[in-house]
Amino acid sequence: MAQATAVFDEAPLLERARAGDAEAFTELVQHYERRIYRLAKHITQNDEDAEDVLQETFLKAFEHLPGFQGNSKFYTWVTRIAVNEALMKLRKRKSDKTVPLDEPVDTGDELMVREIAVWEENAEEKYSRQEMNDILQKAVDGLKPDFRTVFVLRDIEELSTEETAEALGISVPAVKSRLLRARLQLREKLTRQFKRKGENIFDYL
Amino acid sequence: MITCKDFLRELNEYLDETADVSMKKELELHVSQCPNCFVVVDTTKQTLRVFKGMEPQEIPSTVQTRLMEALQRRMNSRRATGTAPE
Repeated sequence: MAQATAVFDEAPLLERARAGDAEAFTELVQHYERRIYRLAKHITQNDEDAEDVLQETFLKAFEHLPGFQGNSKFYTWVTRIAVNEALMKLRKRKSDKTVPLDEPVDTGDELMVREIAVWEENAEEKYSRQEMNDILQKAVDGLKPDFRTVFVLRDIEELSTEETAEALGISVPAVKSRLLRARLQLREKLTRQFKRKGENIFDYL
Repeated sequence: MITCKDFLRELNEYLDETADVSMKKELELHVSQCPNCFVVVDTTKQTLRVFKGMEPQEIPSTVQTRLMEALQRRMNSRRATGTAPE
């Protein structure tokens, strides 16, 4: 699944960067900065935090590069740093202000399927790109951070299950379980948005 | 014969095609006979499809510039102090 960076041969750059070549490191940064920024925005849901996460991530990566073993891919390693930074931001922000009580109440213990309805044909074509992005963003933002983070890494950034587990420092079964819940919750939200109207004929569960 | 609940638990294995051969058969049989699960599969696939088509976030140029400046400062200070990387 994780094929997005397959054409980019980072090994030589990485070697130079580890030897202290600042230019090589800058090239690596430029290659991954968009993905890290997107990831940071998805997790923190905040422009300012996302920028901080972006900077902190690459500054830390630069500091710790000599200790990077190369057992994992550079991107997975950087992602792990970014996820940690982003989750820290999220925790900080939460303790800064009162925790909203109207957070999604679904604890995710049950596999939720309520809305069983087919979608309108080419549902997404009825919306502008911007509207569509807003709908999707809102849907992801409504997930619990644990689920959101796994979904973003697996289904948006297209990391493998193993890479996601490594980036988050959780087990493979935990990734799978969170991903299933995230996918089902998003399916639920989007189906409410995109279902063919007046045809809830399967709704007899 | 597996139940809808079983099917749901294995939904990702079904979608990501990671189920083993015998489970895959069971899942396919179930989805061919259960209209509810058929719809759940279809709408979950569509959900993933629309997310895959999501626009990657462009970094605002000011953010990009500040990132590069921060990196540059860090690199320069290392050079200036001659600190060896840990």
